[in-house]
Amino acid sequence: MNALRNYIKSLFLLELFKGMSVTGRYLFRRKFTVQYPEEKAPVSPRFRGLHAQRRYPNGEERCIACKLCEATCPALAITIEAAPREDGQRRTTRYDIDLFKCIYCGFCEESCPVDAIVETRIYEYHFENREDAVMTKDKLLAVGDKYEAQIAADRAAQAPYR
Amino acid sequence: MGFFVDLWNALPQDLQTVIWILVRIVIIVAPLMLLVAYYTYAERKIIGYMQVRIGPNRVGPRGWLQPIADAVKLMFKEIVIPTGANKFLFLMAPMLSIAPALAAWAVFPFGPEMVLANVNAGLLYILALTSMGVYGVIIAGWASNSKYAFLGAMRSAAQIVSYEIAMGFALVGVLVAAGSLNLVEIVEAQEGGIFHWFWLPLLPLFVIYFISGVAETNRAPFDVAEGESEIVAGFHVDYSGMTFAVFFLAEYANMILISALTALMFMGGWLSPFHGWPLLGPLFDWVPGFIWLVLKTFVFMFLFLWFRATFPRFRYDQIMRLGWKVFIPITIVWILVVGLAVVYRLPWWFD
Repeated sequence: MNALRNYIKSLFLLELFKGMSVTGRYLFRRKFTVQYPEEKAPVSPRFRGLHAQRRYPNGEERCIACKLCEATCPALAITIEAAPREDGQRRTTRYDIDLFKCIYCGFCEESCPVDAIVETRIYEYHFENREDAVMTKDKLLAVGDKYEAQIAADRAAQAPYR
Repeated sequence: MGFFVDLWNALPQDLQTVIWILVRIVIIVAPLMLLVAYYTYAERKIIGYMQVRIGPNRVGPRGWLQPIADAVKLMFKEIVIPTGANKFLFLMAPMLSIAPALAAWAVFPFGPEMVLANVNAGLLYILALTSMGVYGVIIAGWASNSKYAFLGAMRSAAQIVSYEIAMGFALVGVLVAAGSLNLVEIVEAQEGGIFHWFWLPLLPLFVIYFISGVAETNRAPFDVAEGESEIVAGFHVDYSGMTFAVFFLAEYANMILISALTALMFMGGWLSPFHGWPLLGPLFDWVPGFIWLVLKTFVFMFLFLWFRATFPRFRYDQIMRLGWKVFIPITIVWILVVGLAVVYRLPWWFD
């Protein structure tokens, strides 16, 4: 009996018509497409994009060269060299993140005791040669300075969950 | 103006005929090429819409210039000929696949009088030409000297040959019902409203013809010759630039041809669907037959895209099973049914 039913089903293409009715209905559905350069998808405050280094409000850089981020980085993308500054404070002399190696896991930000290294919500950036893919300390600080307001707002929004 | 008339009259009779035929060929082929270009656009749009996307919309207003941009891009691309390829056959293959797709339009009637060559064996001619197209695919696959191309060619050879038979039998049904091989007479045999057309008495043949047509043109769900997820692009992996574009043109021209033939042989060609109806009949009688034909063709062209958006690719052995063990027996049985209906003058259609 079941075999007969299946036979009739396939002979009269019943299931195929069912499939076509589905796609036929979807033809008139509202479209989800986001017209990218003009429209942008909403970005979460947790978004892990381009890296930045932050400063304290008095302009002092936060990073104390503890190297926790370097140690935790699963992709070994971070290279840090540290030395005492003239005033005797421990600071980095070199802080490079190789963006080709980076997997944007956010562990560096997670491990940082002073919230110095952060991942921002910037995702539209590009390099024109391989050297540019290495974010040096200067570049990281520049990004941090430029987007500090946004970065601080995102950290504040995430504070209850951290 | 008078000068041109004089010039025309000064030409010998034979030359006049040749020029007149060439002009008519251009009148048929030029809009066809334009239709092919915009069919690709329609395909991307419609399939996009069915996948809840919006499809191309960047080149020109709403993407209307997209096919032009694609054509220009393909024209400027380099034609790469693989070292191991047979150069002559490699370049012949695209031409072999597009020539039948265009030549078949020679006997296609766009109206009772609008036909380039009103051949008595029109149906036979169409059958012969549509089966020619497969040589383009097979030769392309062989000449490329690549295993994927060869696999695609083997698959498409087996598939097209099997479906050719079902398609031929479906047309035999039409031939029996109409009593003529002439395409104009086939349409005239369907004289009347929508329920007088052959799609109703020949319903199984109609469905089989169209499905076989989808298989013949190597379209989804029967696109094993291309099988981009299995054998990269099948027979046209090694083609680039214009040679590739010609394969594409041929595929879409074939789809349009199959749609138009289905409209012609089962859907009453240029006849109005309301012909002879009490109220709607006179209301729509002013519409030129050509418009009806184009509308019917568009419906089937849309079905091609709808199928592609809906069905996953058939497994190879299932394609063979469907062709040999389902379609061919059904067509044979139905030819018998139609034959009996014609012999006993079944009212409504065959009286």
